[in-house]
Amino acid sequence: MSERGQGGAPVVVARGLTKRFGEFAAVRGIDVTVRPGESFGFLGPNGAGKTSTMRMVSAVSRPSAGELTIFGLDPRTHGPEIRARLGVVPQEDTLELELSVRWNLEIFGRYFDLPRALIRQRTQELLEFVQLADRADSRVDDLSGGMRRRLTIARALINQPEILILDEPTTGLDPQARHLVWDRLYRLKREGVTLIITTHYMDEAEQLCDRLVVMDHGTIVAEGTPRELIDAHSTREVVELRFDDDGDGDASGDGGRVARLGDLAERVEVLPDRVLLYVDDGDDVLSTVHREGIVPASALVRRSSLEDVFLRLTGRTLVE
Amino acid sequence: MLTRLVPVIGSRRARHIVERNFEVYRSQWLMLISGFFEPLFYLLSIGIGLNKLVGNLTVGGRVVSYAAFVAPGMLATSMMNGAVIDTIMNVFFRLKITHSYDSILATPLDVNDVALGEIGWATGRAAIYSASFIVCMILLGDAPSWWVLLCWPAALLTGVAFAGVGLASCTFVRSWQDFDMITLVQLPIFLFSATFFPITLYPRWLGALVQLSPLYQSAALLRGLSLGQFSGVMVLRAGYLVVFGLVGLSVAARRFARILTP
Repeated sequence: MSERGQGGAPVVVARGLTKRFGEFAAVRGIDVTVRPGESFGFLGPNGAGKTSTMRMVSAVSRPSAGELTIFGLDPRTHGPEIRARLGVVPQEDTLELELSVRWNLEIFGRYFDLPRALIRQRTQELLEFVQLADRADSRVDDLSGGMRRRLTIARALINQPEILILDEPTTGLDPQARHLVWDRLYRLKREGVTLIITTHYMDEAEQLCDRLVVMDHGTIVAEGTPRELIDAHSTREVVELRFDDDGDGDASGDGGRVARLGDLAERVEVLPDRVLLYVDDGDDVLSTVHREGIVPASALVRRSSLEDVFLRLTGRTLVE
Repeated sequence: MLTRLVPVIGSRRARHIVERNFEVYRSQWLMLISGFFEPLFYLLSIGIGLNKLVGNLTVGGRVVSYAAFVAPGMLATSMMNGAVIDTIMNVFFRLKITHSYDSILATPLDVNDVALGEIGWATGRAAIYSASFIVCMILLGDAPSWWVLLCWPAALLTGVAFAGVGLASCTFVRSWQDFDMITLVQLPIFLFSATFFPITLYPRWLGALVQLSPLYQSAALLRGLSLGQFSGVMVLRAGYLVVFGLVGLSVAARRFARILTP
């Protein structure tokens, strides 16, 4: 894969991009700019419009309204040319289960009109890249979920795409398999491939994305680097308190307790299982909590994450 | 109608769909072999069994064996069944179960390429199977004249026409249960299309109804060609199959686009 810098014209530009299915608007006029070589994320819960956006950016589904250019080309008129330079890893692995790992890669190369000798060479390289070389002749049926995911990624790379589009690349994978996928994606990023990723995992977004947008109900509610988003929409630290209310007997009740905690923090979120205090110095606030005679069953001080940003912006947690 | 058909044309990339299917079938060689043996079984069972029982009959003033009479009808049926299985079952599988098309559409191929490729594949299959059927007919002495060779393009037309309609039907299938509906349509078409007895045996009103069956039109066309009994009606029969196929294709193209690129 050739070297591509961070500079240069944006590879994806969307202005007022909209997707409607009948009455329902899945994507409602979003503006997005992706620069070459960056790793760009769409973070949001299920149903936020991420997949619909991905399908438009993949030059598969037509925008209902707004402007969209990919490599400066209009997908409505230059679909095949655009898709020849993209790699797509869909949410579900659409592999041919009864056929071999190698076959799945080779036939995909043919769709891109690549010469057979080149396909054979790249297939071998890609199998090694995703650590499936020893499974080349296995039926896809016999592979684990993590292996199938890696094969799907390898398949998306057969045409050496300039942009790799990944729709929830690690959903449903165990932690080990996730880290292996992330590691391969880092390598691609280092080689200059632009990554466009959707996820509803904040750790994935923090790990992989240079820049991201937070989507909710088809709109973009925030945009920036993970750090910028946390700085802009959350505090430095978070104190998580869990209460064992049955044995508490606090006459002021839950409402009174939250009101008292609210005086100590910039912001308080009450979740079903815990109370979050958004503060600058977690340890300091936690000792104040104890001094005030509020006794949580357990307490944890941690740094703010994208999850907190999301909670702040939408009032909901990401994975419900 | 014509403007609807234009997008069906697709591009040269459609050949990759044919290539793909060929490679998939190569791994399922048993299915390919069964396609070759099917006509042989048909012809042998009729030749050995029914032919002796029924004896000869007179068609258009000419005496022919029952086997020679029925063979073109079996060819038409075999073309219909092959096209229906290949388009409805297999395309449904790729469309809704494995989602193969979703991944294919992420490559330079588009919906029209996929539709054209599937039709091209169905045509190729029909070409091979009809050729092997006709060879069997000749070898078993069920072809009264060399005009039987003209059955080949006519059988191809039958295969492609049913493939077009099969492709359209496939887009309406929601689950495996719906395949019973297809059998429910396919079986009476097979039984009542006068493929294995002359249409003149029907009462006049039923005969008129059977004329609407594309399988009847195909069987009658193939029979005329095989027996070397030509008439102007055959042009109408071929035209009927062309229209039947084109309507199927235009419905299929629009429904495919709606399903695959919403």
